[in-house]
Amino acid sequence: GPLSERRLMDVRLGELPAWLATCNFSLQGLLGGVQKAWSSYYDKYINVKRGGPAGISMLLAGYCVLSYGWNYQHISKISFLVSV
Amino acid sequence: VLHTTRPLHTTQQCLAPLPPLPEKGGEVRHGLIPEEFFQFLYPKTGVTGPYMLGTGLLLYLLSKEIYVINHETVAAACILSVIIYGVKKYGSDVAAFADKLNEEKVAKALAVKNEAIKNLETAIEQEKKEQWRVEGRSYLFDAKRNNIAMLLETNYRERLLTVYNEVKKRLDYQVALQNLKRQKEQDHMIQWVEKNVVQSITPQQQKDSIAKCILDLRALSKSAQAAA
Repeated sequence: GPLSERRLMDVRLGELPAWLATCNFSLQGLLGGVQKAWSSYYDKYINVKRGGPAGISMLLAGYCVLSYGWNYQHISKISFLVSV
Repeated sequence: VLHTTRPLHTTQQCLAPLPPLPEKGGEVRHGLIPEEFFQFLYPKTGVTGPYMLGTGLLLYLLSKEIYVINHETVAAACILSVIIYGVKKYGSDVAAFADKLNEEKVAKALAVKNEAIKNLETAIEQEKKEQWRVEGRSYLFDAKRNNIAMLLETNYRERLLTVYNEVKKRLDYQVALQNLKRQKEQDHMIQWVEKNVVQSITPQQQKDSIAKCILDLRALSKSAQAAA
């Protein structure tokens, strides 16, 4: 289909800048994109009859990675006298 | 919050009833990495590709100190091991319990639906019975009409009888009146005739009649004596 209506996973690597140009970067567009992503994740992994640990464990792992990334500056300053 | 983000009726053609939920979620390996990632790397690197990528990434992060090892690492390792042990041991029990809860909810909804269906079916049967009763309406009216006709007839005959009795009473009265009048006239006339006759008998006539009777009696006694 046309470039602007494809999802991110279906866009080829070479077309990525063009796809980014067609994206709607206003507040509404960003919120809509976030909502679409969340709803697709929710429908695939959480809103099922027999789910497993995968649904929330991936969310927790993402949260861990994100918080590590935010605190990296603080963590990388290791104090030498802690291990004593 | 979770439910409001699910888009309903986003397409023009809305399917009612809604399609059922999928049985199982998307495939995830080791609980963290979706299966699509492994399938994505399979054509180029085969089965061990993602694992090599993971090991290489891990070593790179450790060696370049992008991931520092400190007390938090130990804590994270302990927590993770406890979590994994708990999930492995009690996962199936929790899943069975949740399934039972779901089953109860579905059973309740189904019971409500069956109840509604049964009520509607009894209502339909009663409606059919009412329709059958309506067919008998004409017989009802015929019976009522007969009743009313009989009442009218009875009433008419009763009144006829009353009229007949009344007229007969009046006629009897007239007849009795006439009889009485004639009786009285007769009596009166007899009395008057007797009175006049008694008045007209003069004493001379009386003596003559008595003498005649005596003569007759003597003749009779003589004839009687002659016969005996």
